[in-house]
Amino acid sequence: MLKIKDLRVSIEDKEIIKGFNLEVNAGEVHAIMGPNGSGKSTLAAVLAGRDMFRVTGGKVLYNGEDLLEKSPEQRAKEGLFLGFQYPIEIPGVSMVNFLKTAVNELRKYRGQKQLSATDFLKMMREKKELVEIDSTLTNRSVNEGFSGGEKKKNEIFQMAMLEPKLSILDETDSGLDIDALRVVANGVNKLKSKERASIVITHYQRLLDYIIPDFVHVLYDGRIVKSGGKDLALLLEEKGYEWIKEEAET
Amino acid sequence: MSTVKEKKDIKGYLADLFQNNRDLIDSGSSPPLNRHREKALSLFRKLGLPSRKSENYRYAPLGDLFEKEFAHSFNVKKVSFNIHDIFKCDIPDLDTNLILLVNGKYYNSENPLREIDGGIVVGSMAKAATEMPEIFEKYYNSMAGDTGDGLVAMNTAFAQDGVFIYIPKGSVLKKPLQVVNIMIHETDLMAQHRNLIIAEENSSARVVVCDHTLSANSFLSNNVTEIFAAPRAYFSMCKIQNEHNGSAQVSHTFVKQQRESNVFTNTISLHGGFIRNNVFARLDDEGCENHTLGLYLTDKKQYIDNYVKIDHAQPGCHSNQLFKGVLDDQASGSFNGIILVRENAQKTNAYQANNNILLTDDARINSRPQLEIYADDVKCSHGSTVGQLDQNALFYMRSRGIPEREARLLLMYAFAYEVIGRIDVKPLRNRIDDLVNKRLRGELSRCNNCVMSCG
Repeated sequence: MLKIKDLRVSIEDKEIIKGFNLEVNAGEVHAIMGPNGSGKSTLAAVLAGRDMFRVTGGKVLYNGEDLLEKSPEQRAKEGLFLGFQYPIEIPGVSMVNFLKTAVNELRKYRGQKQLSATDFLKMMREKKELVEIDSTLTNRSVNEGFSGGEKKKNEIFQMAMLEPKLSILDETDSGLDIDALRVVANGVNKLKSKERASIVITHYQRLLDYIIPDFVHVLYDGRIVKSGGKDLALLLEEKGYEWIKEEAET
Repeated sequence: MSTVKEKKDIKGYLADLFQNNRDLIDSGSSPPLNRHREKALSLFRKLGLPSRKSENYRYAPLGDLFEKEFAHSFNVKKVSFNIHDIFKCDIPDLDTNLILLVNGKYYNSENPLREIDGGIVVGSMAKAATEMPEIFEKYYNSMAGDTGDGLVAMNTAFAQDGVFIYIPKGSVLKKPLQVVNIMIHETDLMAQHRNLIIAEENSSARVVVCDHTLSANSFLSNNVTEIFAAPRAYFSMCKIQNEHNGSAQVSHTFVKQQRESNVFTNTISLHGGFIRNNVFARLDDEGCENHTLGLYLTDKKQYIDNYVKIDHAQPGCHSNQLFKGVLDDQASGSFNGIILVRENAQKTNAYQANNNILLTDDARINSRPQLEIYADDVKCSHGSTVGQLDQNALFYMRSRGIPEREARLLLMYAFAYEVIGRIDVKPLRNRIDDLVNKRLRGELSRCNNCVMSCG
């Protein structure tokens, strides 16, 4: 589904991703872990199409096509979803309007009929239950005045609404209490299927108690320095990142 | 020095124009209005047209406007057209009483003064001046006469007609009154009309004003409206400016409020080449509330200029100014907002905000929020922002599959909604909402129909 080959990314002449390789197949859950500043969020943003970064080398293929050539909206229509580490507040744009526009754009792309207002609201209700989001939140402006936990739940809610093929969750667990963490994880698990894949970017192992990854990769200094199964996450939790750094630097 | 000479010439030209056409101007109006002309003309001779040196008109490129050759509305024979050909109005929700001004003159000559909702009088200013002389004399030019603005004096000298609205004590206008200003002529035309609105004690009324041009000629209008709100009166006026870009408009609104009255004005500027709106509100007794709002969505080479002065003359009043604008292409403009709190006006609450979004590097706005406070126990704030659309928000929306164009529209619309959301008539709010949406999408071209049938 996703093939990243020797990806190099810079921002203002500073190289952040320095030859990154990853292959993700349908049905898989990958965890990318790493210390602060290792390039996790940059990777997520580049995959979603943020234009403040410059790709200086390498290739990203998504379903066999060059992903980096496509606009952010095109990527989204083709099933890519980024759960933001810091979801953006958009005062004045209602959740309903925002999601309805997004869902209908997607349906248009897939050749489906536009949802009627009733069907859309019904869909919202169902998905809200799935992610246990407070139903009044959808009556407000996008993320405006939401607490940290609400914003993260809202990301999962949007994911549930858009039913992406490949979800990239950028530190969706950071700053969450245990209940919110469970809700977020449940949301991800319920959407899991043979056709879909996820990349879960996280700093801590905590989330991986709830979302069981098939692969764990350690990102350090812009490169994957170690890959393994879910045990690798436990090892990191126990021993921290220092030994990885040492290993990588020798 | 050549500009000074030109200015002097224009002033002289306009004064001569008045003298040479005095009979024509008088005969097309009525004696009570005519009696104010001479004094106004000498004031105009003294003041002249505002120049860029005048602090209030610092940014407004007024000069060229008056140099063009215009026909004048006092010279125009009655334009005849079938009103139904123009207004194929299907007013779905908003049921309004309609008043039409054509080139500044009241259109319905068979019935120049109407009474609605038991005692509320609406109609032609010229007619009302003779029919209701006591009220006319008490109010007419009582605020506008004191201004230092030569354009207002010029209006008083030239204006022949306009809209008169009298809402007597305790009466309530049930449906909003819709005033449609139409400019239509076969040559370029200058027109000046004059409105007077009197809201007596405990009365309540809402007015919608729509400005339109129906022929492609250049138009210049210089209009004055005086609004008097007696104790505990509620009055709201929503003005939609939608003239073509070959037209220029200077609009002066004077508001005087008495105890615990509440006046709301909202000016939505969509199309029009040059627009200057002046609003002066004097809160002249305790407990008044004033809301002065504006929204401008401009592009191409449009110029929009809003000037607001809220005068807190007495204690315990509340005022709120909110002006927001989105400027595209080479559009330019200016906002001047002044809150004046006089020495006596303790416990004043006064707020002012002006927020602008510039969509291109060529769009320009000058924003000057000003506070002048002479009392020591007041709550006042002012703020002004000029910026671009939020790139993070755009990316967030695009990452959800919303195309960039649509995302930009959603953001602009959200920005504008703060002003639209405060319109107090729901069907009107929905209509304007729709209109603004269309304007942002570029689907609203010069609109021949009245605002209510734009949908």
